[in-house]
Amino acid sequence: MMRNFFPILTVTLVIFALWYAFAIVLNKHWAYDKATRGGYELSFTELVADTWTQKKPRLPTPDQVAAEIWKSTGIAAIKKWGRTEGEPFSERVAAVLGDKKSLIRHAWLTLSATMLGFVFGTGLGILLAVGIVHNKAMDNSVMPWVITSQTIPILALAPMIIVVLNAVGLSGLIPKAVISAYLSFFPVVVGMVKGLRSPDAMQLDQMRTWFASKAQIFWKLRLPSSVPYLFTSLKIGVAASLVGAIVGELTISQDGGLGARMLQGNYYGTTLIIWASLIVAAALAATLVSSVGLAERVTKKRMGFVQ
Amino acid sequence: MKNDVVIKAEKLCLTFKTNDGPVHALKDVDLTINKGDFVSFIGPSGCGKTTFLRVLADLEQPTGGEVSVNGMTPEEARRKRAYGFVFQAAGLYPWRTIGGNIKLPLEIMGIAKAEQKQLVEEVLDLVHLSGFENKFPWQLSGGMQQRASIARALAFQADILLMDEPFGALDEIVRDHLNEQLLELWAKTGKTIGFVTHSIPEAVYLSTKIVVMSPRPGRVTEVIESTLPRERPLDIRESPEFLELAHRVREGLRAGHDDDA
Repeated sequence: MMRNFFPILTVTLVIFALWYAFAIVLNKHWAYDKATRGGYELSFTELVADTWTQKKPRLPTPDQVAAEIWKSTGIAAIKKWGRTEGEPFSERVAAVLGDKKSLIRHAWLTLSATMLGFVFGTGLGILLAVGIVHNKAMDNSVMPWVITSQTIPILALAPMIIVVLNAVGLSGLIPKAVISAYLSFFPVVVGMVKGLRSPDAMQLDQMRTWFASKAQIFWKLRLPSSVPYLFTSLKIGVAASLVGAIVGELTISQDGGLGARMLQGNYYGTTLIIWASLIVAAALAATLVSSVGLAERVTKKRMGFVQ
Repeated sequence: MKNDVVIKAEKLCLTFKTNDGPVHALKDVDLTINKGDFVSFIGPSGCGKTTFLRVLADLEQPTGGEVSVNGMTPEEARRKRAYGFVFQAAGLYPWRTIGGNIKLPLEIMGIAKAEQKQLVEEVLDLVHLSGFENKFPWQLSGGMQQRASIARALAFQADILLMDEPFGALDEIVRDHLNEQLLELWAKTGKTIGFVTHSIPEAVYLSTKIVVMSPRPGRVTEVIESTLPRERPLDIRESPEFLELAHRVREGLRAGHDDDA
């Protein structure tokens, strides 16, 4: 732990230093413009102070982003909580989650689309992998389509998915989850096919000597063998799910979500909102990936994989 | 007294088709194994000793000749679970305990839970692993893992045990120990054992019958009946009788090589 501490700290400090330096470089034109129009000279200290505190900077500094995140999560929630005093607890929670300006609400929307898409994608991925491993025809016919599906840019496909699903009466969370599933099923298929095929010839021969059925080989050998592969895929899959949900929100932006918030920031040129949403999305992704990692450790330990 | 024939092969042939033309893994193999025999198959790589064992287990299909196991075809014998097979690697499932691993074939065969438990205890006792039932494979040494895999092959009480170089990956000290235990197990259970090995002392020490094989094409060059008593302490390996048998096996192997050259 301590051995890692200093290298990690060093890298973080370097990133922050570069970030602040770039903020000066990228924001200085606006500072000079203001100075020219006002007819005054800028010293270097004044320049730095200006570039790090602009209202609509090209590149906001980390402390500005942090303040924006706090404003649109903590402060917003405290305000809503205070204003709904006297109402039942569940109503107050709903009020906090329903606050249109709150990143908590947007993060919650993105999280629900991500989770639903992740469940869809993982389920579909596992089913396809089982089919591919057990059926020669499926192996030959489905796999090329699975690969092709990932060569189409999701941004181009997302609006069409939404239009088609709308036509059959599906709107809201489901279309976003479908886009999210579209990205997350792929690593699951690839990982599960490899995992289900990981038992070696000797293990399969052994099953044959016991006259085991295909179903018994699947449940007792193939499926447990695939668990380590599945978790590796799930880690990639859950991050892909989040990307998918955000892409979906860019398209169906009226419903909100981190993607919609980024788009809004883009319209009004408020880079602070974009960056705040971006950082929250990244934190969400990190939380999701490490949750899968935790589940992996617990499962492997219980299964006896870890020594 | 005439012994019951358990395994019988007549003119058994197996040819693999490869890109470099056909490979004669087995050619005209004739062999009879009686009930309670301990038969070792010895010979250089490619002599077909493992292939022969795999034909008996219905893991390879012969291309000619006749073979019967317990009076049935190998496939019927496999359906009836007439044999237990021990592979070179223990192949225990890491996610199952030792007890769970031994239960695996019993679960597959649909044996009742209460009986499973009893059978597991019995075979663990046979391989001297009582008390290790709830340990995971990684908690055991290589030799202990292989003993667990033998227990697994014994669990469903087949009267034939086929072993494909089961101790090949273990060091010599562990190997001696396991050989001794295997003889003890064989005396206790009266199983018919087919045992593939590379080691002359191992073959002589264990067997009632040593089948010497030679490669290209894989065939039996000599079948040596052991003159050693059934009761064999480890130091029997220094007796003149033992050395004489080992000498005959070595000669047999050399003869097989000579007409190969």
